[in-house]
Amino acid sequence: MGKSLLAFFEQLADSPWSVDLHESQYAYSIIESIHVWTMAVFFGSVVMFDLRLLGWTMRGVPVSEVIRRLQPLTIAAFVIMVITGTLLFFAIPLRSYQNIFFRSKMLLLLLAGLNVWFFHSRVYPRVATSNVDGAPPSRARVAGALSLALWVGIIFSGRMIAYNWFDCDRQPQSALINFLTSCDPTEAGR
Amino acid sequence: MSLLPFFQWCYQTAIGEAIRDSTWLFPLIEAFHLLGLGLTVGTVLIVDLRLLGLGLVKQPLAQLSSDAQPWLLGGLTLMFASGIPLFLSEAEKCYYSFPFWVKMTSLALVLLFTFTVRRRVTRTGLPPGRPPLGRLTALISLGLWFGVAWGGRWIGFS
Repeated sequence: MGKSLLAFFEQLADSPWSVDLHESQYAYSIIESIHVWTMAVFFGSVVMFDLRLLGWTMRGVPVSEVIRRLQPLTIAAFVIMVITGTLLFFAIPLRSYQNIFFRSKMLLLLLAGLNVWFFHSRVYPRVATSNVDGAPPSRARVAGALSLALWVGIIFSGRMIAYNWFDCDRQPQSALINFLTSCDPTEAGR
Repeated sequence: MSLLPFFQWCYQTAIGEAIRDSTWLFPLIEAFHLLGLGLTVGTVLIVDLRLLGLGLVKQPLAQLSSDAQPWLLGGLTLMFASGIPLFLSEAEKCYYSFPFWVKMTSLALVLLFTFTVRRRVTRTGLPPGRPPLGRLTALISLGLWFGVAWGGRWIGFS
């Protein structure tokens, strides 16, 4: 499975679209800028919501109201981030796939997604009925704190993808790093 | 009078040098800068959307703005605390960077605007029947912040 994914991304990296995007003078920079700017809007709205869940701001505003009014913006920003993020991956597929920070970002994204699912299915139904004024129940606060921590981790990982400290073509790396990045140190560039 | 000697002095400070000598310090500080960016944008948006008649429209403007205020100051503090060391480490490059000057000009204008006109509009609330004032305030604020974000991102590409 690991091998076939590697082969797939290798093939993708050689596709003309990927090469064009990678070598473009402006397209890549513009897509990356949109990704970062949208991240600010997305993270900004998530932070405000999480801080509300923690009871640290807008205590007078019901949680249900914050969700209803902010969610469209949050979702729109998330969609743009996924589209631009996919394009950025598409431009540099093989290296990104093997990048340790890309991998930790995807893992944290998965966890953040689970947290959203858990919040909406288990926590929110309770919060919604008892949410006017004051500190939310501890479950809601845990969900808020977890969300904040995960998104901070995602932003840190995302920023570090650009750096090649643990890239496969920079051997020797420790066996652990080569395992985590699926690098084969005997093959240069893999 | 040229500012170049000042920028050169900044470049040679111990902090600037320490960041240049380290492989991971610059990216690490930059990640904190991004967190500050998100926090700042979030607190600005909550209030500016309200001024545009979007978002948390049921809440009184003055209340929303005073709720957001400490987090806005926190976000700005984080931006400055991380942005200044980043600047010190590449001050000479910044001096010759057009996006850097766009960013600094927009930043000066938006801070001035935020703590004078925008503060006044949000504190006194909007007089009934005069929403254009609120919309204009929000558009100026968001436009200037975008200038900051545009410049910030493009310093890295130049």
